[in-house]
Amino acid sequence: MSAATSLERRDFLRLTVAAGGGLLIGFYLPGVSKLAQAAENPAFAPNAFVRIATDGHITVIVNHSEMGQGVYTSLPMLLAEELDADWSKVGYEPAPVDPVYNHPVYGIQMTGGSTSVWSSFEQFRKAGATARAMLVAAAAQQWNVEAASCSTSNGKVLHQASGRSLTYGELAERAAKLTPPAQVALKDPKDFKLIGKPIKRLDTAEKLNGKAIFGIDVTLPGMLTAVVARPLVFGAKVRQVDSRAALALPGVKKVVNIPSGVAVIADSFWQAKKGRDALQIEWDEGAMAAFSSASKREQYRALSKTTGLVARKQGDAEGTLSQSARVIEAEYEAPYLSHAMMEPLNCVVDLKDHHCEVWTGSQFQTGDRATAAAVAGLKPQQVQLHTTLLGGGFGRRANPASDFVSEAVHVAKAAKAPVKVIWTREDDMHGGYYRPAYLHSLKGAVDASGNPVAWRHRIVGQSILAGTPFEKFAVKGGVDSTSVEGAADLPYAIPNLLVESHTTTVGVPVLWWRSVGHSHTAFVTECFLDELAALAQQDPLQYRRRLLANHPRHLGVLELAAAKAGWGTSLPQGRYRGLAVHESFGSYSAQVAEVSVNEGRIRVHRFVCAIDCGVYVNPGIIEAQAHSGVIFGMQAALYGELTFSSGRINESNFHDYPMVRMNECPEIEVHIVKNTERSGGIGEPGVPCVAPAIANAIFAATGKRIRKLPIRISEAV
Amino acid sequence: MIALKINGKPLSLDVDPTTPLLWVLRDNLGLTGTKFGCGIAQCGACTVHIDGQAVRSCVASVARAAGREVTTIEGLSSDLHHPLQQAWLEIDVPQCGYCQSGQIMSAAVLLRERPQPTDDDIDQAMTGNVCRCGTYPRIRQAIHRAAELAKGGTR
Repeated sequence: MSAATSLERRDFLRLTVAAGGGLLIGFYLPGVSKLAQAAENPAFAPNAFVRIATDGHITVIVNHSEMGQGVYTSLPMLLAEELDADWSKVGYEPAPVDPVYNHPVYGIQMTGGSTSVWSSFEQFRKAGATARAMLVAAAAQQWNVEAASCSTSNGKVLHQASGRSLTYGELAERAAKLTPPAQVALKDPKDFKLIGKPIKRLDTAEKLNGKAIFGIDVTLPGMLTAVVARPLVFGAKVRQVDSRAALALPGVKKVVNIPSGVAVIADSFWQAKKGRDALQIEWDEGAMAAFSSASKREQYRALSKTTGLVARKQGDAEGTLSQSARVIEAEYEAPYLSHAMMEPLNCVVDLKDHHCEVWTGSQFQTGDRATAAAVAGLKPQQVQLHTTLLGGGFGRRANPASDFVSEAVHVAKAAKAPVKVIWTREDDMHGGYYRPAYLHSLKGAVDASGNPVAWRHRIVGQSILAGTPFEKFAVKGGVDSTSVEGAADLPYAIPNLLVESHTTTVGVPVLWWRSVGHSHTAFVTECFLDELAALAQQDPLQYRRRLLANHPRHLGVLELAAAKAGWGTSLPQGRYRGLAVHESFGSYSAQVAEVSVNEGRIRVHRFVCAIDCGVYVNPGIIEAQAHSGVIFGMQAALYGELTFSSGRINESNFHDYPMVRMNECPEIEVHIVKNTERSGGIGEPGVPCVAPAIANAIFAATGKRIRKLPIRISEAV
Repeated sequence: MIALKINGKPLSLDVDPTTPLLWVLRDNLGLTGTKFGCGIAQCGACTVHIDGQAVRSCVASVARAAGREVTTIEGLSSDLHHPLQQAWLEIDVPQCGYCQSGQIMSAAVLLRERPQPTDDDIDQAMTGNVCRCGTYPRIRQAIHRAAELAKGGTR
């Protein structure tokens, strides 16, 4: 990867800074890693990604955020592999914000798009290989032998001819005096000892004894806590505040107006929250007060009957549809969704005259730091952002608007003390930046032998990227790629294909939500293809097989999932199967759901998942992410829906925005394809197939189609 | 002043007695292993033990804990030797990890009351604890494993 190569020079410069006790060493978040603590005095920091202490402890500096997806393990594995490190001595530390830690593809420091492992694959391996080469050179120098006569294994350099060996810790100080090599060779994959193995996660122990530090756990001396009253209608402004009752409460220090609402700053959370509850605020609600889910639906439906902007066109879909005898038309809907991370949003800010420190679970360090600096009136270099563990992210903590960071700096300016802003669950659910709601209109035709001959798909909804720095890359000809991904790249061999987009303008803040466009397009395309199969009176698996003849990786996962699920074999009475296959984030997923329906109640009994993410690093983590995708996808399939009345969201917490729970968790089987294809992502690709697999199983069970999420049997058609 | 016994240590605090125990643990005592998730006893992230019973500390006032034994995740074991922690390590349960303190505290009561729990017992005891990452299959596996470890005396 060329980006990794271009880092070499800067890495070397960084070495000087690090060895001088500067940037790298200065950053340490208590409680993050015992191993990192042991390595506080590194003898050897050959590049920005690794430090080796004289006691042999190896600290890998990870520039992607850990939100459960396993990067604090998989990225150290990449580095340790090439370093030939003793894995028991490897620890991790979150990277500070610095251009050296920018995403090699996106050019900013961030975590998202299921990209961390594949985009770091060469970068972290090269960092490890460079360190290894320097340790070998140090040993060769000490023994006065040729470097080529030395080998490495399990944290040691060996000189077989003389039987001598030195540990990396013993070599660290000497290696630190050497110049990093310009070029390093990487291992042949057949020699991998860690990559491809189900290595246990490095961050488990601290998550079992309360020591793991999430953003909400950061505590500073003299810190205050703030809770913010935000409007219940998007875009509303404060007209008047009566803060007397709040200020009279014990512990409440200040009540201040900030751009996002009114902040109550107190000694502790509970005092701040009671203070906020006591505020009397008069809002100027603005235009969004008239917004409702019903009005949105009518607006979207009307748009779906008109021609949109073309996202993909081949052949003549309209002409073929008008001449076909066997045609079906369907309208599909997907609602606004909350990310609902278990850890509600929060942010700690310590603002001084010429310096600002921010602690938060960020997926978007470069932007969050720049925003914090702009609000504080400082330069980005005067702001240090400490990335804590994230209690779930799912895209919500990667906000180009940096809403929760920006707000916390505004509060800090008023607080005149270190301050932690905590969002309640209700605040988090009402605070915006949702998966957009979409309405899809489809029309398809099959010929006399049942083959699909035309497919017209119109997608109506808000653009996630319009107005963000990503707009110029991802919005082409007025079509936001994140609105149509998974639909415009439909893999099925259908000769006449038209995919159109209508981008709406609605005052509801929207954002990427785990699997982004695929979270709704896979539901629609995989269910509508099932509708065509039914129209053709063909088995859904057989039907897909023929249409995917030129897509071997789709076909591979489809066959694997179908075989493992026993597609076509008998099931216990009352159980039915549905399947779906979808490509996203460079990976291929197929899933078979086993479902029963009793008196309108849906029970998901089993999920068989096949995943092809190309060359993979840690199959244990992939299995966990597959489990995660099923549960996350089930929540959206069965429950997730934010609805609006008079501009207000009706749902507020887990009692009316339910989560999937242990008693609903199906048996989940995961089958990983082993191949040598280019690596894809794994954090998101497990989500898209879940809803269509369940919906297609419900059709098998009831003969009725599910065209609206979340699934309600009463709404089946 | 409210007299409390937290993880075996007696202490007394000058706090508003209506404050939820969760926020006293987190803000007054610095025991941040107990998490805030919903504030309305719907997610279980804040689960602690009061006199051995699993309690959602986000809705239990600190006054309710007065004079009783409170155990938090920090007090479950000093060195991860509890069979649940051992099983959680062995099965590699956590993903983001935020809900896991509450999961383990709920599972600890289950194991004490049902040393060899069935899947139905696990459903009963654990359904109040939400995991957004979907670690349920591994939690189930780890509870069964912890039961084995406890039975075998390999603490």
